[in-house]
Amino acid sequence: MRGATSHDHIFDPETRVNALLALLLRDMRLSIRVGGGALMGALFFLIVVVMMPFAVGPDLNLLARIGPAILWLGALLASLLALDRLFAVDHEDGSLDLLMMGAMPLELAVLAKAIAHWLTTALPLVIIAPVLGLMLNVELKAMGVIALTLLAGTPALTFIGLIGAALSVALRRGGLLLAVLVLPLTIPVLIFGVAAANAAIVGPAPFGPPFTILCALSLGSLVLGPVAAAAALRHGLE
Amino acid sequence: MALIDLANPTRFLRLVNAVLPWLAAATAILFAIGLYRAVGAPDDYQQGATVKIMFLHVPAAWLGMMGWGLMSVAALGTLVWRHPLADVAGKAAAPIGAAFTFICLVTGSLWGRPTWGTYWVWDARLTSMLVLLLLYLGVLALYWTAEDPGRGARAAAILSLVGAVNLPIIKFSVDWWNTLHQPASILRTGGSAIDPSILTPLLIMAAAFTCLFFTLHLAVMRNEILRRRVRTMQLMEAQRFAEAGA
Repeated sequence: MRGATSHDHIFDPETRVNALLALLLRDMRLSIRVGGGALMGALFFLIVVVMMPFAVGPDLNLLARIGPAILWLGALLASLLALDRLFAVDHEDGSLDLLMMGAMPLELAVLAKAIAHWLTTALPLVIIAPVLGLMLNVELKAMGVIALTLLAGTPALTFIGLIGAALSVALRRGGLLLAVLVLPLTIPVLIFGVAAANAAIVGPAPFGPPFTILCALSLGSLVLGPVAAAAALRHGLE
Repeated sequence: MALIDLANPTRFLRLVNAVLPWLAAATAILFAIGLYRAVGAPDDYQQGATVKIMFLHVPAAWLGMMGWGLMSVAALGTLVWRHPLADVAGKAAAPIGAAFTFICLVTGSLWGRPTWGTYWVWDARLTSMLVLLLLYLGVLALYWTAEDPGRGARAAAILSLVGAVNLPIIKFSVDWWNTLHQPASILRTGGSAIDPSILTPLLIMAAAFTCLFFTLHLAVMRNEILRRRVRTMQLMEAQRFAEAGA
């Protein structure tokens, strides 16, 4: 048995969970309060969807047909937009350095931050998606399905975006670089998200396979995202 | 010679300078034989002479994909073993792989015009290669924006590994998406076996492209090492100047 060090308490599972929860709640509180910009993503989502009829015309039949695609694309862009702040603010005020030096594994800390980010920026998108679907003439029963696919798919967007956010903060660059890095990686999520929504609304393909693959993408990126993001932070900020 | 011996840039440069002329000569000879055999290969009974684009298109596609594989191995070298030349190898592979992928897309587009009647179709394989090109361009953008070469190399290494995990998923999803949207109506289902009169020139061309890839790769690596030396000398010069002034 090793001698007791001051860090031994962190290996206690309960302490570790408490630390994760504290970080999660801190991030959520910060993003809800003034200057946090939690609902900015939802507002952007609304504007993107409103712009769409101006581009393709107010034909309700056409809008109903491409409605799921518009909602998914809007949610993808909105969740991308918010990623910039994920590490940048913490990097500016030095709390990211504290997290990296702390006894909690960086992967878990990054995971807690990502979950907080998902709860404050992606979950509002899922909630307002049915309302926006109304404006696109999507059927009432289809809106629940679209919201369900967004609920299953947006974690994948957050966790993939996490990698891009970590890389861009390590290079002290944000904005367009983040989008260029992350967007190609999200193609599978977009494909299976829209496919699941369309399968449930117009058929004839079954809803099950694309939806389960969508869930698999979210779970897979839940594992890959924090590990890669933590590696990016460690290698970039050392 | 062990891989670790190459960590010394001077020794590596000596090796490159010895190997490069031979590799370039092999490339030229293989291209001469391959192109000659490709021109002599029989025309397709439906597509006519346009089928000869394949001799450029297919090897370019293979090498475009191999470029990412090379980058992933180099990324492991950078992140795990911290081999000093690994990030140089990864950085050198990115533009070459992107160029081969681009050649594959352009020749595919030119091939599509007479056979499919359009320059671009959202065919599964074309789309996958396009996404590969986008990922290459992302890595290049990362290198362009990084101020510090070492930091940029490590960031690009992580992105390469993430891409290596993601590429099969993207390939699978694009295939799935393609069969969902357009049933195979454009691509005729040809015989699976390729006639030797076509296969032999194709393999020679593939060997020629591979030699070309490694010739360019070694040359770019050499240039990158020299560029870093120049950078270090400039920094030292600036420091000396500053100390002299102070």
